[in-house]
Amino acid sequence: MKHESVETNAGLLIILTLAVISVGGLVEIVPLFYIDDTIEEVDGVRPYTPLEQRGRDIYVREGCYTCHSQMVRPFRDEMLRYGHYSLAAESQYDHPFQWGSKRTGPDLARVGGKYSNEWQVQHLIDPQSLVPESIMPGYPWLATTPLNYSDIEARMIALKRVGVPYSLTDEEYEANVERFGAEHARMFDIRDAEDNLVGQAQAENFDGNPGTITEMDAIVAYLQVLGTMVDFSEYDDGHFAEFR
Amino acid sequence: MSQAATTAGAAPAASVATSEQYNYAIIKRFAIAAILWGVFGMAAGVWIASQLAFPFLNFDIAQITFGRFRPVHTSAVIFGFGGNALFATSYYIVQRTCQTRLWSDSMASFTFYGWNLALILGVITYMMGITQGREYAEFNWQIDIIILVVWVAYFMVFLMTLLRRNQPHIYVANWFFMAFILATALLHVFNNIQVPVGLFHPHSYSIFSGVQDAMTQWWYGHNAVGFFLTAAFLGMMYYFVPKQAGRPIYSYKLSIIHFWALVFLYMWVGAHHLHWTALPDWVSTLAATFSILLLLPSWGGMINGIMTLSGAWDKLRTDPIMLFLITALAFYGMATFEGPMMSLKSVNALSHYTDWTVGHVHSGALGWVAMITFGSLYHLMPRLWNVNLYSLKLVYVHFFLATIGIVLYITAMWVAGIGQGLMLRAFDQYGNLAYTFTESVVFLHKPYVVRAIGGGFFLAGMLIMAFNIAMTVRSGIKAEAREAQAASAEARTA
Repeated sequence: MKHESVETNAGLLIILTLAVISVGGLVEIVPLFYIDDTIEEVDGVRPYTPLEQRGRDIYVREGCYTCHSQMVRPFRDEMLRYGHYSLAAESQYDHPFQWGSKRTGPDLARVGGKYSNEWQVQHLIDPQSLVPESIMPGYPWLATTPLNYSDIEARMIALKRVGVPYSLTDEEYEANVERFGAEHARMFDIRDAEDNLVGQAQAENFDGNPGTITEMDAIVAYLQVLGTMVDFSEYDDGHFAEFR
Repeated sequence: MSQAATTAGAAPAASVATSEQYNYAIIKRFAIAAILWGVFGMAAGVWIASQLAFPFLNFDIAQITFGRFRPVHTSAVIFGFGGNALFATSYYIVQRTCQTRLWSDSMASFTFYGWNLALILGVITYMMGITQGREYAEFNWQIDIIILVVWVAYFMVFLMTLLRRNQPHIYVANWFFMAFILATALLHVFNNIQVPVGLFHPHSYSIFSGVQDAMTQWWYGHNAVGFFLTAAFLGMMYYFVPKQAGRPIYSYKLSIIHFWALVFLYMWVGAHHLHWTALPDWVSTLAATFSILLLLPSWGGMINGIMTLSGAWDKLRTDPIMLFLITALAFYGMATFEGPMMSLKSVNALSHYTDWTVGHVHSGALGWVAMITFGSLYHLMPRLWNVNLYSLKLVYVHFFLATIGIVLYITAMWVAGIGQGLMLRAFDQYGNLAYTFTESVVFLHKPYVVRAIGGGFFLAGMLIMAFNIAMTVRSGIKAEAREAQAASAEARTA
């Protein structure tokens, strides 16, 4: 076939172009859904509680990913600085993923538990008060804005549709008890979402202000769980390398 | 100088009757919108660059913090400036090279209002904190639907115009535009599959999660560069470089080979944004391999463009528009060399997550995309209004401001990126980390100031262009009014 036939036939040009541009994506993306080793088998990774998920929504809303990654790479310096490298399994309930592409600030994949709640609250309100050299913006409104959780059920139902195992029936609830333990399974039940959210915020009082549930409660709850779900002491050195 | 003005900025005599033959009204609108979005988007860029140098500029105001404003900058320059410029030039080129009028004035008009409405809604919603949290695809799901509808209309207008061509051959520029339209549709659809929280709820959750979501997003993200910011602008190049040079394109064969190689290879390389992450190694290796291969068709395009000027190099001395076009190709060649190099895993281990990537993007975005657009618009605008360009001297001023701006920008980002990368992996004699993260932030301050200044230079050039074009358009409108008056006077006397 001469190239001239493509140049004189718009239909042919379109079909050939579509064929040529489809190959790369088909070869690289589709297998990721079918190759079992893509996501490591590991204990402990669970969906977010309603409060943590609302915190995650705020993380996305404020565009934290424009300056912070959530993906520790398997290098010695990163291991010393941040901890064990990130596993694919650890972001399996992240819709959308927030691995990020730029570290204007440090990686946050394992920030959970590194600082106290009080530190996180103060740092978010006024970063320079704790780290004078920091170039992070302040987020004082998080501490004063009451958290809107009226749509938490709708949000969890949407997340359930995309594959997060939140439960709507007794059957699904029992399955979650089996999989994540009774305490967690309770938090993943959409029928109790609002009570669970309020309960966690009041019990743990992340923002130090017991009166109202603020956006600060939610985002600190999220930050404090980041990277803490897997207990790496349970696995041999090199165990996860098999999946790479 | 005055002689140059008449040769380079002159409008072709034949264009008097062209408003009947071609739909120029739609091109004028898109071209002006491109310039307005350029001014706004680049100003937003200088603003967020200044925030990184001087963080008090966030003012504790939610709507303008870096995190919410960065997508305003990227969307305004990529889709506002770049997108409107592509609509303008593709509608112009497809009409001129097919020697036929654009199909359906109303559909073309719909693409103009739809596209710009989506962008304005995007800017507002980003500032309100409504975002999908996917880089360069931050538009929420409702805006995504508007964009999709506009894109289908764009495809229809372009295809139907191609089908009514009065030329047996489809010119090479149109292959690139068609590939860009098809690939963008494919990428936009598959990267934005979302489940909304509710029918009237602005928020949604992506259907994929974690590693598959990351792969889909960067397959999209890099091909937004590959097709939106490269293939389509090559289409622009394939028309305006030969036109401005007054010579045919250097090699027809090369254009065929590099077109098919480019559109095939680009779709494989997105995963080089995910080296050393939890993405499986085999994908990452494939992406790196194809990234290296991509150097060949990229340089094929660059060579084909630059060599078109072969035998007429003197034009670079007399024609500032040519200067823009050829410098754009030089930056294209440089950025497409740097890209494959950065996609090597060992280089990427250092460069990833640092400002080196930001610098690389801007040597492409400012050096290639913006420069080729400036050159093309300077060529196009006087022809649309059938007048001479207001000032060729200001085109020179713009060129030098833009070039100085780019050089400041990318060298600052090399220093920042490589410097921070080396600091973060440095160990002291005891095997401990030599620097804290905060120490690397302190180091970044000076390069960030220089980068903001570089951006300021580039923005200043853009403002001069806006002034120059405004004056050109004004004289065009005046001339039109005079002609209309003369015509009606003639009608009265007759």
